[in-house]
Amino acid sequence: MGNGFVVPAIVAVTLVTVGIGFYGLRLARTTSDFLVASRAISPTWNAAAIGGEYLSAASFLGVAGLILKYGVDVLWYPVGFAAGYLALLLFVAAPLRRSGAFTLPDFCELRLGSRRLRTLATVFVIFIGWLYLVPQLQGAGLTLATVTGSPYPLGALLVAVVVTANVALGGMRAITFVQAFQYWLKLTALAVPAIFLALQWQADARPAVTPPDGPAFRTATTVVVEHRATLTLPDGRIQEVRPGDELSFAAGDPVPEVSGVATDAADWLLPSTAGDDDRGLFATYSLILATFLGTMGLPHVLVRFYTNPDGAAARRTTLVVLALVGAFYLLPTIYGVLGRIYTPQLLVTGQTDAVVVLLPGAALGDGTTGRLLAALVAAGAFAAFLSTSSGLLTSVAGVISTDVLGRGSVRGFRLATVIAGAVPAVLALNLAGLDVSQVVGLAFAVAASSFCPLLVLGIWWRGLTDLGAAAGILVGGGAAVGAVLVTVFGPPLSGWPATLTAQPAAWTVPLAFTVMVAVSVATRRRAPADIGATMLRLHAPEALRL
Amino acid sequence: MLAEVSRHEDRTERTRAELAQQTRVGDALVRGLVRAQFALALRLSLVVAIGLGGLPWLFAVAPAVGRVTVLGVNLPWLLLGVASFPFLIAVGWAYVRLAERNEQDFTDLVQRPER
Repeated sequence: MGNGFVVPAIVAVTLVTVGIGFYGLRLARTTSDFLVASRAISPTWNAAAIGGEYLSAASFLGVAGLILKYGVDVLWYPVGFAAGYLALLLFVAAPLRRSGAFTLPDFCELRLGSRRLRTLATVFVIFIGWLYLVPQLQGAGLTLATVTGSPYPLGALLVAVVVTANVALGGMRAITFVQAFQYWLKLTALAVPAIFLALQWQADARPAVTPPDGPAFRTATTVVVEHRATLTLPDGRIQEVRPGDELSFAAGDPVPEVSGVATDAADWLLPSTAGDDDRGLFATYSLILATFLGTMGLPHVLVRFYTNPDGAAARRTTLVVLALVGAFYLLPTIYGVLGRIYTPQLLVTGQTDAVVVLLPGAALGDGTTGRLLAALVAAGAFAAFLSTSSGLLTSVAGVISTDVLGRGSVRGFRLATVIAGAVPAVLALNLAGLDVSQVVGLAFAVAASSFCPLLVLGIWWRGLTDLGAAAGILVGGGAAVGAVLVTVFGPPLSGWPATLTAQPAAWTVPLAFTVMVAVSVATRRRAPADIGATMLRLHAPEALRL
Repeated sequence: MLAEVSRHEDRTERTRAELAQQTRVGDALVRGLVRAQFALALRLSLVVAIGLGGLPWLFAVAPAVGRVTVLGVNLPWLLLGVASFPFLIAVGWAYVRLAERNEQDFTDLVQRPER
């Protein structure tokens, strides 16, 4: 692609990440320092770090790609990703911090005193963590391949190795500095090019986003197809294309209709409506439920709350995170919308996840400005892969080192990090065809159907028992895991079965809550005897100093 | 005057002990706090459930809403892409204020039980 700025920008981000990691290494002395950063992190740093860790490949690349492809209906992804922090704030933040739990398995043991429940929670933490890590590494492979033409495995392996080494050597204090830096980098990397893109759109006399004749190529374009698809050409002919096929279009040619993509202006511009097909509405509500309730169950999100000094600080930090994340999510929409004008070929190739990376070059041309901005976006994308993978890896490794290896030492943590990093790296190399945002959405659905009911009921309801919690996680979380496995490995489905497995949250979340409550009521004698003391600890304000 | 201050401190100490030892009074106090905080969280989630959760249904039953444009942009894009974020932040801000007020009330109750 001949942009000489991209590789130096990616190298710079990686070096700064590693550099801050080593700076943190000098500060990390004892195991406790290493794991929880001594809780000496200010709320602003902590909030930026949480935001930096949270904004993943799905947020940075995937959301814009989905908007380009599907239009207004997928705006629920950014809204839900932000709203998840509101649910976390309302139901979980302060009591969880006061509980003193560092991980979800810790919370299970503190609240319900059951080792077996702890083990079950460990299994789910590792599953969700890995499910979430795979698309990050895939995004890295895709981005590096798009901007430099390198083979796909290189980017995935590069991120896996850098992150594993950094987490193993630096621990969490290092990660806090890295994450906070990466939030601001990601925001800048989307915001600055967005301003230039908006100005360019003005200068081009504001071309219509949804022209009456459908999207058209602005310049002569040769498209190399990457995913099998069925195209409907403007003259009505139907053409099957396979990966590797080359199609040439002249400037002004309309973009052919691609099966499964909202090429039609009204489909893209307007929300899906009721009528003969209620699956769209079901999928929308399922997505809302998964993202609103899933955030609180993501392992790397919860660990961060332990670094707040007390419950009130946890609440304020969460509010700042909500504001930071909300500000970020204003931006991907701009890329998705302008992508309809400047990069319509992505609708044909199917590589819509690349829109953020390709748009600055496509809209601003090959001049220095365009190339510098393209490099900035690529750097931001790498920041997204590095930061989210670091956070996930830290929490998965923490759980593996304490609950699977049974050692609390720094050496145990390092070994656990290598194990935790190797598995998703292997998976990412073998599962290249998955859609970044869809896999992330499934991870949210699993978290919402397992840990969300556990946390909400555990914090607010005295009647929860260990058997009830285990049954709810197994049935609800298990159903969501089953849906994930069918979606990823199963045969292609259509109609309702496809909707129910691709967007399972709307049935698995209520199922998990119902089973958890019903089994708890049936086994109410098993409710912990010290529940009164636990509730006091979770909810009493710090001002009382009990 | 001095006697009054020490009597007040005695009462505060006694209430703290009741909380810590889970007497019936202490237990009732904690239950009250938990109920107040949970009711607050539920009320604010209801605001979001109606304010945001009602939108897909609204767009589905009244497609005309989706065609309304403001400044050349269709209403659903503005509501979801822009307005939803300040709305979420405003709800969160209100929650932090109200939850802290609940806790302040609880602290006051424990420290000045005679009122």
